[in-house]
Amino acid sequence: MSETLLSVRHLSVEFRTRHGIVPALRGISFDLAPGEMLGIVGESGSGKSVTAYSVMGLLEASARVTGGQALFGGRDLLRLGQGALNQLRGAEMSIVFQNPRTALNPIRPVGAQIADVIARHDPAPAAIIEARVLEALRQMRIAEPERRASAYPFELSGGMCQRIGIAMALACSPKLLIADEPTTGLDVTTQAAVMDLFRDAVRARGVGSILITHDLALASEYCDRIVVMQTGQVVEDAPVAELFARPRHAYTQKLLRSTPSSVDSIEALAPDEEPVAPAPVAARPSGPPVLEVRGLCKSYVHSRSRAFWRRREVARLQAVADVDLVIHPGEAVGLVGESGCGKSTLSRMISRLIMPDAGEVLLDGAPIHSIAPGRFARLPQRRHIQMVFQDPTESLNPRFSVFDAIADPVTQLLPRQGKAALRARVEQAALQVGLPLELLNRYPHQLSGGQKARVGIARAMAVEPRLLVLDEPTSALDVSVQAVVLKLLTRLRRQQGVAQLFVSHDLNVVRLLCDRILVMHKGRVVESGPAEQVFNRPAHAYTRSLLAAIPRLPQLQEATTP
Amino acid sequence: MREKLALLRYILAGNPVTLLALGMLVLLLGCAILGPALVPYDPIATNTASALQAPSATHWFGTDQLGRDVFSRVVVAARLDLAIAFAAVLLSMAVGSVFGAAMGYFRGWLDTAGSRGTDVLMAFPLFVLAMAMVAALGNSVSSVVYATAVINLPFYIRLARAETSIRRDMGYIEAARVGGSGHARILRVFLLPNILPALVVQASVNLGWAVLNTAGLSFIGLGVRAPTPEWGIMVAEGAQFIVSGRWWIAAFPGAALMLAVFCFNLLGDGLRDIVDPRSRT
Repeated sequence: MSETLLSVRHLSVEFRTRHGIVPALRGISFDLAPGEMLGIVGESGSGKSVTAYSVMGLLEASARVTGGQALFGGRDLLRLGQGALNQLRGAEMSIVFQNPRTALNPIRPVGAQIADVIARHDPAPAAIIEARVLEALRQMRIAEPERRASAYPFELSGGMCQRIGIAMALACSPKLLIADEPTTGLDVTTQAAVMDLFRDAVRARGVGSILITHDLALASEYCDRIVVMQTGQVVEDAPVAELFARPRHAYTQKLLRSTPSSVDSIEALAPDEEPVAPAPVAARPSGPPVLEVRGLCKSYVHSRSRAFWRRREVARLQAVADVDLVIHPGEAVGLVGESGCGKSTLSRMISRLIMPDAGEVLLDGAPIHSIAPGRFARLPQRRHIQMVFQDPTESLNPRFSVFDAIADPVTQLLPRQGKAALRARVEQAALQVGLPLELLNRYPHQLSGGQKARVGIARAMAVEPRLLVLDEPTSALDVSVQAVVLKLLTRLRRQQGVAQLFVSHDLNVVRLLCDRILVMHKGRVVESGPAEQVFNRPAHAYTRSLLAAIPRLPQLQEATTP
Repeated sequence: MREKLALLRYILAGNPVTLLALGMLVLLLGCAILGPALVPYDPIATNTASALQAPSATHWFGTDQLGRDVFSRVVVAARLDLAIAFAAVLLSMAVGSVFGAAMGYFRGWLDTAGSRGTDVLMAFPLFVLAMAMVAALGNSVSSVVYATAVINLPFYIRLARAETSIRRDMGYIEAARVGGSGHARILRVFLLPNILPALVVQASVNLGWAVLNTAGLSFIGLGVRAPTPEWGIMVAEGAQFIVSGRWWIAAFPGAALMLAVFCFNLLGDGLRDIVDPRSRT
């Protein structure tokens, strides 16, 4: 073994919480060589961020390091005081945070923030520092660095903010750089651009770096070696090629099988979990469509005129422009696009949460687009379109038990029935989504992410809708939980025949779940067709760029690129 | 139940000051509920023979210019002062939370009109506004309650509006709409119970202000009138005797007032720590 840059040995950390002492790390060990790029992969709660924060000395007050050491440049980082760590942080080692917007000071120009870091560790005349700031921005390939340096974070896009964050972290040429989920909130195309820049900058300087991510495919594309973590322990530590060729630990294998890009059909996804009903023989959609959308438009006021005493032309942002869409009974249609493409606006217009500006929405042939959302809530048609929301935590009322949450739409939308009938219906809905009945009395904060997602689906399915609109239902979930939820949705469609509109930014997920795919870009549908065709033979340039940006696992990459 | 007790212990362990505040609250409520039955002397019976005595074993807090026992008066006054404060705070919380939540939920003209209305209310010096209201409504205990409620109203409206604005676009509100709930039901069943904790914290801090406001009004002769035992009147009556060295007549009711304000403020801080999800681990 040659020299090591960072050597973490038997690191243990625990948190003091209201439920007593909770161990976060249980004696983890790994090494990082200079210039190496190490990926730490794990699901939420596996301790990957805690590892980064302990090394940087940024743990919060309730955490305590109970053992082990982290040797960096001959010194144990865990024994250093905050004063000594302040000398190291920014100069010798630095970190890129998950959310680039909250990691930057919102009321200071970004150039000045980078200059602060340089001035702190490497004082020099202002002109020299300014030159170094511009050089740092140029290395991140930020166009017009002079102008961008004086911009405030809110004036920049998320991807641009993260580039600034990386430039700031690299400004003093550290030897160690930790990136904690640097691209999690970003679109796939932006993610690819930012990660390429990150890799190039790190390689060019020979910086040893740690990439912390939940995305096995992303880590496999950029890292040399991967450490897989589970519940505070390192379960596998291997070079990338070896890890994917011969995953040794059962947990690594499970993670691999749960990643949508690693499989070709929904049946192959996480085969040990959640049985999937066989596809019906007559899968072809038949009969009149459940939903028909014709020429739907919606625009938002972009900037309002300051003059309040007279009406002026206001700039408008066309969120959805002239969209047509047909969904047949039992069919699953995927709506794919990056953030801001209008897919959420479209799904909310279809669910009658917001009013369209123009166009028609026909439910079973009956027009519903002219009914105000507030009044639509009282109509019998309301039960036919139900929705599952993006964030399972946020979409459950914290004051409702699971039973109340599922029963609420039933009491509002179905004819009044007795207590026993209500309970029977709620229990049936819960069993249908695989939710154990003993969880019915629990409250959302007592449930795991996957259980909350099941509650959200049970709530929508309890009133037996004709169409289920799913707005990124798995984007807040870990891959293994996502796999289970995707299989659950497929089973519900095949058994209950409910039509599904699946809105997502992830083409890989949509490919597994849907018969047809619509790709949206800047408010318009740029491509639509059967799932296999859109995925394998994309016609539109935007679809191709979207596909190219998706990180892939090694073996799949070899299979698809000749 | 066990779980709740464990949670309470966890919170109090990180927050010993809240425990102190709770102790003070128990003392205050005890005085308010049981006080009249426990005190050694009739709080309004005058006895000029024993006027202006310094604190001693027979009169713990001394006696005032009419020979009334200051200790008995301080303890008995807790009931009236706390009753006015609680009534006023409950009234403004009930009205303010409904108004504020509706403003935050519906936005539009209701929000604009309501927000400007609270701005106008806030622009007045609040104590002067309360004085004017009591003078206009008539010199009675109920007008003190109304006046105190009105000057506290803007805080509840603003808080309820802000808390509702945060939640109105959250997933569970949209889910309620998809689940067939109309606006009124969403406000009543989904929003108000969720903003209640924040309002209770605000109410606790406001209780201190309300006690102070009540005492302030009676200090300048509005609202409660002598000889009713009330902290503000007692301080006002005792103030003229401080120069002649008889400090106890004003000092003890003043201390009781301070204790009450202190208690409610500390309690508010403690409750905020409990309610604020950011401090939860």
